Amino acid sequence: MFDSLTSKLEGALKSLSGQGRITEINVAETMGEVRRALLEADVNYQVARSFTNRVHDKALGEEVLRSVAPGQQLVKIVYDELVALLGGTNQEIKFRPPPPTVILVAGLQGSGKTTFCGKLALYLMGQGRAPLLVAADVYRPAAVQQLRMLGNEVGVATHSVTDEFGAIVQDAPRVARESVVAARKSARDVVIIDTAGRMHVDSAMMEEVIAIKRAVKPSEILFVVDSMTGQDAVRTAKAFNRRLDFSGVVLTKLDGDTRGGAALSIRSVVKKPIKYASTGEKLSQLSAFHPDRMARRILGMGDVVTLVEKVQKQVDARQAKAMRRKIRKNQFNFQDLLVQLQHLRSIGSLSDMMSLVPGQRKGTDNPEQEEASLRRMESIILSMTIEERRKPQIITASRRRRIARGSGVKVRDVNDVLKQLRMVRAMMKSALRMRRGGQQVGIQQLMQMVR
Amino acid sequence: MFRRKKKDRQERLEQGLERTRAGFFGRVKRLVRGKDTVDETTLDALEEVLITSDVGVRTTLDIISRIQARVRRDRYLDADELTSLIRDEIARLLHGQRHRDFDAPLKGHPHVILVVGVNGVGKTTTIGKMAYHYRQAGRSVVVGAADTFRAAAIEQLEVWTQRADATLIKQRRGSDPASVAFDTVQSAIARRADVVLIDTAGRLHTRSGLMDELGKIRRIIGRKLPDAPHEVLLVLDASIGQNAIRQAEEFSQSVNVTGLVITKLDGTAKGGVIIGISNELQIPVQYIGVGEGLDDLQVFDAQRYVAALSV
Ligand SMILES: Nc1nc2c(ncn2[C@@H]2O[C@H](COP(=O)(O)OP(=O)(O)O)[C@@H](O)[C@H]2O)c(=O)[nH]1
Ligand SMILES: [Mg+2]
Repeated sequence: MFDSLTSKLEGALKSLSGQGRITEINVAETMGEVRRALLEADVNYQVARSFTNRVHDKALGEEVLRSVAPGQQLVKIVYDELVALLGGTNQEIKFRPPPPTVILVAGLQGSGKTTFCGKLALYLMGQGRAPLLVAADVYRPAAVQQLRMLGNEVGVATHSVTDEFGAIVQDAPRVARESVVAARKSARDVVIIDTAGRMHVDSAMMEEVIAIKRAVKPSEILFVVDSMTGQDAVRTAKAFNRRLDFSGVVLTKLDGDTRGGAALSIRSVVKKPIKYASTGEKLSQLSAFHPDRMARRILGMGDVVTLVEKVQKQVDARQAKAMRRKIRKNQFNFQDLLVQLQHLRSIGSLSDMMSLVPGQRKGTDNPEQEEASLRRMESIILSMTIEERRKPQIITASRRRRIARGSGVKVRDVNDVLKQLRMVRAMMKSALRMRRGGQQVGIQQLMQMVR
Repeated sequence: MFRRKKKDRQERLEQGLERTRAGFFGRVKRLVRGKDTVDETTLDALEEVLITSDVGVRTTLDIISRIQARVRRDRYLDADELTSLIRDEIARLLHGQRHRDFDAPLKGHPHVILVVGVNGVGKTTTIGKMAYHYRQAGRSVVVGAADTFRAAAIEQLEVWTQRADATLIKQRRGSDPASVAFDTVQSAIARRADVVLIDTAGRLHTRSGLMDELGKIRRIIGRKLPDAPHEVLLVLDASIGQNAIRQAEEFSQSVNVTGLVITKLDGTAKGGVIIGISNELQIPVQYIGVGEGLDDLQVFDAQRYVAALSV
């Protein structure tokens, strides 16, 4: 497994705090670790290099030098830079009158274009649009059927062109052109054109997609890319962009455990916004792209989030120390657990988080259930008095009944939560022995436990 | 494929190989020229080459440190020696030996091959190509449509089996993939077929339920025919990055992967992650996919691949 960036930086952080002052040497060392983490996340070689150079210069600025926690400040700089590079805020499709708005979808083979088209149709329907799907992948076996089936699932018509014998007409520009006319006739206000997967080095096929573009003058061209792509992402994106001048990027298969460095590479080289993230095989699993979540993911995920949040919330070293002492003395209580839970919530939805934790494969199958069980835990804790939260040993049978009533669950569920606290304590304690971690131990262990 | 002449494709591939050969080895040679040792600059260039081919940080550092060790021992190395040293080092990691050809003796009768991988990597296409190659070698082939999940997956496989002249065993969309696999093997036994190829739905290795399903397919095949499946092929897209290592680990755990197929090597991606996988998990590469046509599948040749590596 990848070593997490945080644990590496923690090493650097420790030596930094030991010295009390940040020096050019240890910043350079730390940047070496950041660079390695980026490369392990599949960030392009050149992009990683220029990124760390820039952060390096920033880090040597006054801000870090005078900071009380220079190591954490450094992580924050890295994170902020990443978010900025990934695009700051999210951007979606622009609709301009007159309708229909034409969206051309292109990319390499197997990147997830067809599924994305189905998802986008559903997504836009949710915003009150009336889409038409267009099957302009006239080559791949059963590609037209695949799109048609997806169309049926979401309840959208699929436009395709067959000859008098029922065979697919292998003229993608014509299919596209006719679909726009059909859309106008049937009062569809958005046309989503699925195209064949193609290699950027395949000049005949690149000519074809340009011909489609010329035929329909789309207001939006989306380049679909697999988030697991490695170093070649930049070259492909550049080539597609040079030929097509696309308007946005779609990242697919983000439900896996890839760190998705390709997103950063593409974004920083072609300078086009990433608009959507596709996160599963279900047609509803499409969302607008969130640069901040992506930054956390690239950096090494779960525990970096904690570290960054820690800086943001200005949790000082004293507080972390207090937490460690609590864990060591077995005093970690419901109040602390509640803080962790709410903290988790503030980071984003748990199901998203779960899928981000490296090496966690169990559980991601049923994120809804996990989310629900965390929410139940939270509401049970909220039904306790402050005293009960601080001293769980005083929770007698009658108190358990009251808590159960208060949170609308069974006594058994309250018992479970009490048991879980004991488990968390035990886990945290052992985790503390393995690597001194302070707060971030809490969240990771918590996640493992709920599973 | 039908829309593209075979000659074009071959030319394009050769051109690609030529370009890269000149690129990387040319660069290393230029760097080494006039020097009598391999210095930091050369190693940096080597590092960039390996990383940009998706070899991965760990394996890149491994390779570089082995080269450094050799350089320390031998002191003087000229450009040619260095390039062949690098080539050998990588080929060694890839376990040099070539997988058997399609007409070579097979382990089982029928010889059952299960094909797995994440979504869209080229499993179905690879199966179409393999079926074709086995048919060309005079073998009878039965293909099982155990991707009962994805829309039109069965229809897609149907087209491929027609093209390849193989028999397709299928059930309705949504039916139990293990039951399709069972039927396929059973019917292959009844027909005394030589080769069985089983297509499966793409799945991310993080979905434990789906990974268990694969395990079940594997067990059911074994119940029908002891020792089967004889091969479990994990298909990887050449453009994949470091996540491939996780995939190889997870798929190996569920179904004991015996070999890799790298597809889409007709692009510019080099699939260097297979070097990392070989280094860390010791799974050999069997085939490479170089296009969308029936005959665009080759038995993997480590030496040729290494020559094509990198920018
Ligand atoms: N250029 C190229 N495309 C390929 C190759 N192998 C598969 N494909 C394409 O990749 C896409 C996904 O392939 P498919 O076999 O459906 O993938 P599966 O989901 O893993 O079964 C299709 O568009 C194929 O035509 C290859 O070697 N080269
Ligand atoms: Mg398939």
